Amino acid sequence: MKVGIVGYGAYVPKYRISVEEIARVWGQDAGSIKSGLDVIEKSVPSLDEDTATLAVEAAKNAFKRAKNVRASDIGAVYVGSESHPYAVKPTAVTVAEALGITPHVTAADLEFACKAATAGIQACMGLVRAGYIRYGMSVGSDTAQSAPGDALEYTASAGAAAYIIGGENLVAEIEGTYSYTQDVPDFWRRECAPYPRHGGRFTGEPAYFEHVIKSSKGLMERLGTKPSDYKYVVFHMPNGKFPLRAAKVLGFTIEQVNPGLVVEKIGNTYSGSSLLGLAAILDIAKAGERILLTSYGSGAGSDSFSIIVTDLIEERRGLAPPVKYYVERKEYVDYAVYARNRCLYRG
Amino acid sequence: MAPPAHWRRAKERYRLLGSKCENCGSIYFPPTKVCPKCRRKGKMVQTEFSGRGKVFSYTIIHAAPKTFEKYTPYILALVELEEGPKVLSQLVDCRPEEVKIGMEVEACFRKLFEQDDEGIISYGFKFRPIDDSWRNKQSQN
Repeated sequence: MKVGIVGYGAYVPKYRISVEEIARVWGQDAGSIKSGLDVIEKSVPSLDEDTATLAVEAAKNAFKRAKNVRASDIGAVYVGSESHPYAVKPTAVTVAEALGITPHVTAADLEFACKAATAGIQACMGLVRAGYIRYGMSVGSDTAQSAPGDALEYTASAGAAAYIIGGENLVAEIEGTYSYTQDVPDFWRRECAPYPRHGGRFTGEPAYFEHVIKSSKGLMERLGTKPSDYKYVVFHMPNGKFPLRAAKVLGFTIEQVNPGLVVEKIGNTYSGSSLLGLAAILDIAKAGERILLTSYGSGAGSDSFSIIVTDLIEERRGLAPPVKYYVERKEYVDYAVYARNRCLYRG
Repeated sequence: MAPPAHWRRAKERYRLLGSKCENCGSIYFPPTKVCPKCRRKGKMVQTEFSGRGKVFSYTIIHAAPKTFEKYTPYILALVELEEGPKVLSQLVDCRPEEVKIGMEVEACFRKLFEQDDEGIISYGFKFRPIDDSWRNKQSQN
């Protein structure tokens, strides 16, 4: 039985803060930060937006593209995030309720830094293949936290991507998935701590690159594919540099990476990151083209997917706004408004 | 807001649900249990609105109730839905100087208010200007 993507949807908040503006506040050199990260600005949520509201907007877009799928056909809802609004009370129930999917559905929140929603896609694939559900939905959504003045502040942003997974009416078939996971302390946030901490340069080689590269290799070995079999490749995008370096090590070209590289103008949307990259590619891909997707979540692990686009994509992708629309729709805010929106003060 | 009060109104706020009288076809928001026109002959059913509508009137709120103080100045709009009923709601992703009577708007999902840092978060619909510019761009590609 085939399994794959029936509908996909993106959402990015309207507001942006530039690297220049953040660097101005902290007296740092914007030029070297921009060239070091390959990021020029990042998305900022409104005061009334959080992980749940972003997830609902992305999920609504996924439903538009899934066309004939009714809310009551969805048997599982997973929301992957590291910024769930409640410590205890699931985001997934709010999303399911807002979409009219409740009450005959299983739902849960997932947390695995930036890769929880790709784990949710794998769970949906399993439930669909086993015949327990007809369709499942996994949403990656974050309003990422970063301590004022920390290096993360230049990239930690907000966005969401939702995927409806099923066995029929596929816009893209998932032909295989593979994961690579180890206990690596590269990035963490303790209970009740407002901001995450990280291991600086340690987040590179033993963390991001080790997992992204080995997971991608593992999938290609299992399927007997090679980089040249793929038209596009998407890796998790903590910045603009890391995915390009991973691609080079694996033997992919810049042309294969670029269409999904959405980090430059919206920042690192954490759980939304690699899935927004995939959505940007589905917005332009043609039937028969192959896509390799590898997420990364600190802590650490990667999930890889080999995806083949079907004929149905042409008919479906125009039913909801493309990622490009959300990237280009913007209004700049200064650091003071950003600080208010992200509650970076103690009142 | 106490949990039961929040819970009772969550569905209509989350999904912009109203009620429709199957006897005379009248549509209501907020949903009603009795059709004021048909009385005991009326048969009310739940109906979901498209979420699209127009700004019928609006005001800019500068002095807000405590729960909404952090959003000031904000636009409070009376939105006439495609289906007819008028809904009072905040208009977001729009500056106060940009709002106009007749402006086409659509429902979006936002936080409405929070009890406090540890209380329940109430979510629901607000409205934003409709931006269909992506449709034209897509057809040009």
